Amino acid sequence: MNDESPMTNSGDKVPQPVRHSSFAIAPTKSIKWRLQLWYGLILVAVLAGFGVTAYQLESSRVFRRVDDELHRRVDILVRALHMPRPRHPNFGQRDFDGPPPEGPPDDGPGGQDFPPPQRFNLPPEAAGLFGTNSANSFYFIVNGRDGKELARSDNVPGNLRAGVTNLMRANPGGAREDAMRQLRPWTADGFRYFIQYLPSGESVLIGGSIAPELHELEVSALTMGGIGGVILLFGLAGGWWFVGRALRPISEISSTAAKISAGDLSQRINTAEAESELGQLAAVLNSTFARLETAFAQQKQFASDAAHELRTPVTVILTQTQLALGRERDAASYKQTVEACQRAAQRMRKLIESLLELARYDAGQEVLKRQEFEFSKIIADCAEMVQPLGVERGVEILTELEPLKITGDCERLAQVVTNLLTNAIQYNHADGQVLVKLARQDGLAIMEISDTGNGIAPEDLPRVFERFYRADKSRTGGGNAGLGLAICKAIVEAHGGTIEVSSTTKVGTKFVVRLPAVV
Amino acid sequence: MRILIVEDEPDLLASLAQALREEGYAVDTADNGDDGLFNAEGTDYDAIVLDVMLPGMDGWEILKRLRKTKKTPVLMLTARDQTRDRVKGLDTGADDYVVKPFDLEEVFARLRAIIRRSTNKTTNVIEIGEVKVDTTARHVFFKDKPVELTAREYSLVEFLALHRGEVVTRTQLYEHLFDENESSLSNLLDVHVSNVRKKLGAEFIITRRGHGYCIE
Repeated sequence: MNDESPMTNSGDKVPQPVRHSSFAIAPTKSIKWRLQLWYGLILVAVLAGFGVTAYQLESSRVFRRVDDELHRRVDILVRALHMPRPRHPNFGQRDFDGPPPEGPPDDGPGGQDFPPPQRFNLPPEAAGLFGTNSANSFYFIVNGRDGKELARSDNVPGNLRAGVTNLMRANPGGAREDAMRQLRPWTADGFRYFIQYLPSGESVLIGGSIAPELHELEVSALTMGGIGGVILLFGLAGGWWFVGRALRPISEISSTAAKISAGDLSQRINTAEAESELGQLAAVLNSTFARLETAFAQQKQFASDAAHELRTPVTVILTQTQLALGRERDAASYKQTVEACQRAAQRMRKLIESLLELARYDAGQEVLKRQEFEFSKIIADCAEMVQPLGVERGVEILTELEPLKITGDCERLAQVVTNLLTNAIQYNHADGQVLVKLARQDGLAIMEISDTGNGIAPEDLPRVFERFYRADKSRTGGGNAGLGLAICKAIVEAHGGTIEVSSTTKVGTKFVVRLPAVV
Repeated sequence: MRILIVEDEPDLLASLAQALREEGYAVDTADNGDDGLFNAEGTDYDAIVLDVMLPGMDGWEILKRLRKTKKTPVLMLTARDQTRDRVKGLDTGADDYVVKPFDLEEVFARLRAIIRRSTNKTTNVIEIGEVKVDTTARHVFFKDKPVELTAREYSLVEFLALHRGEVVTRTQLYEHLFDENESSLSNLLDVHVSNVRKKLGAEFIITRRGHGYCIE
């Protein structure tokens, strides 16, 4: 990506439009392409396997049919050769009416007694089996014992190879011990050949054009190829569509994530169509994005609030000093200025310390002591410490403390107690009361601090632990920046406890802190 | 010129008030929203400096209520510098705003500007015969020579000059030149008028007996 981002010569960074489409991926790396290639190959292999097998079955069926025809004719010719005269009428009948004889013709051991035929006449019943001049019909050549040709049908093609006729002569006459030998039928030049060597030395060649059969095979091969191609095409197209559909959530996820990384945290992945495993992923990512957005928003709000809180003391320092420096003044007014500046600086220091403390809790860096101590004693000390403030405001502090021990950082927890007590006094009426209770319940130390103040409005109640949140919007009240309760919450939670608030308007507010008690 | 400052931070309020008094304004103060609105509705201030975040009623609320009865120029002080806060302020009826932290000079300049606009003047220099009043530098020239005036005298001249041609009553002058802590039942005003006449000519301020004063 980097090499694509254009930079102007002046070095100004041109704002790049965010690429919302899915990133271009090289086909070799793309899951979609790899899947496509893989099942494409599988499909081709399966189709080819089926096709080749089917073609072979078909072609062997066709050739067996042709070969049967060749055998039938050879048998007739062989018989005619050995029995030039019809001496046994049944033979012919058996030959034509009965099932074709299996194996070599029954020439019997007396076969060699026949005199070598000098001529060969096609028996009349076989005449119809051989064509006269049609190239598609069967033809024959009969060689005598001496290898000389005795007869051939009229339709022997002129371009018959010399090799074929040579092959006929390859049988030296008189190999009588040999069984009647046959060559396996073979195919050449669109013809099927078959040579039968007779024990007596003659040889018979039957040839037949198999052009129609070859055409038939060609047609079926093309048909199968066509069907295979269509299946392959459908398979690939369907796969492409299906994989594309299945992977669409991924591209949606990546484009959404790209928008989010570009800064638009409000983006979410559309999970409407992703009901598969990717849908769950998208849902998980969406909830992550939502939490990220919330965290970012809180962070932004926090920074803005912190800056805002610092603005007022800075303003005080600026106006005070500018006023003081505007003209010559007496020592008393300079002193006033310096005091005001000091107050502002102290306020900033307090704010900065609170912010840093919170930041440490956020980062989990605040080191807490883990010691066992008597919580009731700490609470009593805190109550005593805020007593002067209570007296000043006319607020009575009452305690009902059950002795119990907890483990933790006693200084931090004292800070929580003091903070809650101070709030309870400050937001109370004159002649009001603050009641502090500590009791054990279900293995927990439960501290309740309730006041008789005006209470907190229901709409403010859920937000009182938020940083910088002040229900009364008064920044001078107590001089705190609205971080006190946020810090209390952080401390209590760091101790594995909880803090809750409940309030009734005009009646009072109650804070409840629950901490694990020592058994 | 009499100004009301509503601000809850005591040190800021004190320094703003003193600075504006030293600029020659009569200054009233309020440190919470309720008092602020009460003062703003009860007195004809020349301008109000209003903080947004206040205990009790906040700045927006004061502005909204005040605008129902008065069009006193209001300068908002805000710690929020986001555009929507500024837009909200201006839309609610604020005349201008300053973002904390600010310089005093800027507050002075913006105050002068909103007061000038409220009196329909376009320039900072008002010429009346041989007298020139420079409201920016707070100087008065008579026959092109600078004239030494006290802050109160200058305020008197400026107020009358800004309301040139109108009869300004003594009550009005008391309201605009003195803040709530000064006794208005003294003859202080006569002393100031007499001093100005000595410096800028007896005819400069005309007395309308039974009505008040006027510059023509």
